[in-house]
Amino acid sequence: MIELAKSSEPLLDASWLDYTLLGVYFVLVLGIGFLARRSVSSSLDFLLSGRSLPAWVTGLAFISANLGALELLGMTANGAQHGIATVHYYWIGAIPAMVFLGLVMMPFYYGSKVRSVPEFLRRRFGPGAHLVNALSFAVAQVLIAGVNLFALALIMNALLGWSISVSIVIAAAVVLAYTTLGGLSAAIYNEVLQFFVIVAALLPLTIIGLTKVGGWQGLVDKVSASVGGPEQLSAWPATGLTGIADATLSVIGLVFGLGFVLSFGYWTTNFAEVQRAMSAKSMSAAKRTPIIGAYPKVLIPAVIVIPGMIAAVAVPEITALKQGAGAEGVEYNHAIMYLMRDLLPNGFLGVALAGLLASFMAGVAANVSSFNTVFTYDLWQSYVRKDRPDEYYLRVGRLATVGGMVVAIFTALIASGYGNIMDYIQTLFSFFNAPLFATFILAMFWKRMTPAAGWIGLVAGTLAAVAVDRLVAAEVLSLTGQGPAFVGAGAAFVVDILVSVAVSLVTKPKPDKELVGLVYSLTPKADRAHSVTGEDAGWYRSPAVLGAGVLGLTVVLSLLFI
Amino acid sequence: MTSHSKKAGLFDLRLIIALLFGVYGVVLTITGAGFTTAEEIQKAAGINVNLWAGLGMLVTAAIFVVWAKARPVVVPSEFADDADGVGEPGH
Repeated sequence: MIELAKSSEPLLDASWLDYTLLGVYFVLVLGIGFLARRSVSSSLDFLLSGRSLPAWVTGLAFISANLGALELLGMTANGAQHGIATVHYYWIGAIPAMVFLGLVMMPFYYGSKVRSVPEFLRRRFGPGAHLVNALSFAVAQVLIAGVNLFALALIMNALLGWSISVSIVIAAAVVLAYTTLGGLSAAIYNEVLQFFVIVAALLPLTIIGLTKVGGWQGLVDKVSASVGGPEQLSAWPATGLTGIADATLSVIGLVFGLGFVLSFGYWTTNFAEVQRAMSAKSMSAAKRTPIIGAYPKVLIPAVIVIPGMIAAVAVPEITALKQGAGAEGVEYNHAIMYLMRDLLPNGFLGVALAGLLASFMAGVAANVSSFNTVFTYDLWQSYVRKDRPDEYYLRVGRLATVGGMVVAIFTALIASGYGNIMDYIQTLFSFFNAPLFATFILAMFWKRMTPAAGWIGLVAGTLAAVAVDRLVAAEVLSLTGQGPAFVGAGAAFVVDILVSVAVSLVTKPKPDKELVGLVYSLTPKADRAHSVTGEDAGWYRSPAVLGAGVLGLTVVLSLLFI
Repeated sequence: MTSHSKKAGLFDLRLIIALLFGVYGVVLTITGAGFTTAEEIQKAAGINVNLWAGLGMLVTAAIFVVWAKARPVVVPSEFADDADGVGEPGH
């Protein structure tokens, strides 16, 4: 991306009309911030939306918070490079974990009234595991926000010719304005708006692209005849994606590495996601949040992976790249931008730009709005200034938002010095998520797990993932593609479980009565249940029915593309 | 209760979405109907995307308005109940 950024000619020829449509979008985004401000009167309002949002809003925000820069550019790039197999990131890599979060874990998260994922660890294990998790999460969020900002600036530079630093500052100012004013409500409302704008931009782009290559059959013929060949039209065994040559091992790697450890780790313990569900207005709505989000998640590859595949056969630059003759500075990450350039007229181009910017800002806002909550409740209130009135923490929350954003601007500027920092951050993030999931599973289902095991398990799991990463770097283990991340996450998970069990057996557990509401066997069934009256009535609002429905839909789609 | 009753005033997001798609829809439909060149249509595989996306957005906006009118935001007392966890069994 850096090379592209340095080219002086902007990729797109945006007119005043496109800028006007982009401007309309910005005005609405800021308007939501101002309107949401009226509803903020306590720190809980600001940092957790006062737990008042309906399920369809939190569900779409749940998806949108993840539909950031890495997702949009990265998955179209994967589609161009690997073809249909990219759907695994959605169907295997997200749906089961989202349903699991809703049905199995949400009763403990929402039912225990904790305000963050680290706070759950503090209630369950005490300060050791809490501090480890709160600190690593806060640092990771600020770094990732910086990377998102930097990616956004690169795109603006490439597409429209805006300078990198001006783009960073403008984007940061807009996100900061609405998150500081309206807190999580503004961030979530904007995420829902962003979701619709992104779909409104991508759906027509996909339809035009498909028409251009001669419909679905035309795409099939052209992809079959291209470098990747017919394998790129079937999802299994995805050897290209995993970098594991043996078909059986590749499937095992996908199901266990991506499907189980990586995706469960990401979706069930990443506070930037879980926070959206915690802000729901009832237990039923909280359980439904990730499951409602799963429905668009199943379908969204149609407008992300397919455009990537179209770009690989219809965009000359990407076709050349796939044949191994890519021009200087052309990357798979640019696939969707080239497609916009080649297909869209002025007018709709403005909508597509708004969609692209929306996706970037959604990512940054999710990072910042989860950072400020963890900073305020889990670091400042827990370890620095306890027992102040709530207005104090509301102010801390606002200041943390500003502070986090300013630091993110600097990390964005640092990121501009490195070409591959995105891979680096992604790897770092998987270091923390895979062991966290292992710890959570034990913590929620095994009351014997002790406070010492809580933090020692986390640290050991992270070290295991780091060790795998180093072994790959030293070429002791030879893995390519996504292989290292899958194996590293698997190792982190297994080591975390083994160490946690071993440490638990020789240390003292917490008394049962302190674990009510936190551990499955000690929580009465009534506490885990949700109301089925009023706004939560009806079979179609049952989390179990909705969850079964989305799993069924995923299976059907998987069979269609086997 | 006092802090929560304000939340009843939290604007209806569905109307904001309708507003955005309404404005986009009008601008794109007009652009598509009168100001999109044959060359631009050619570029988009023969589809007048401004016109069709514009019309689609107007329909989307209408659907959101109808939804918002048919199922208005609930009264504040229910918000307060659930926000306090009172509405949930077991709390």
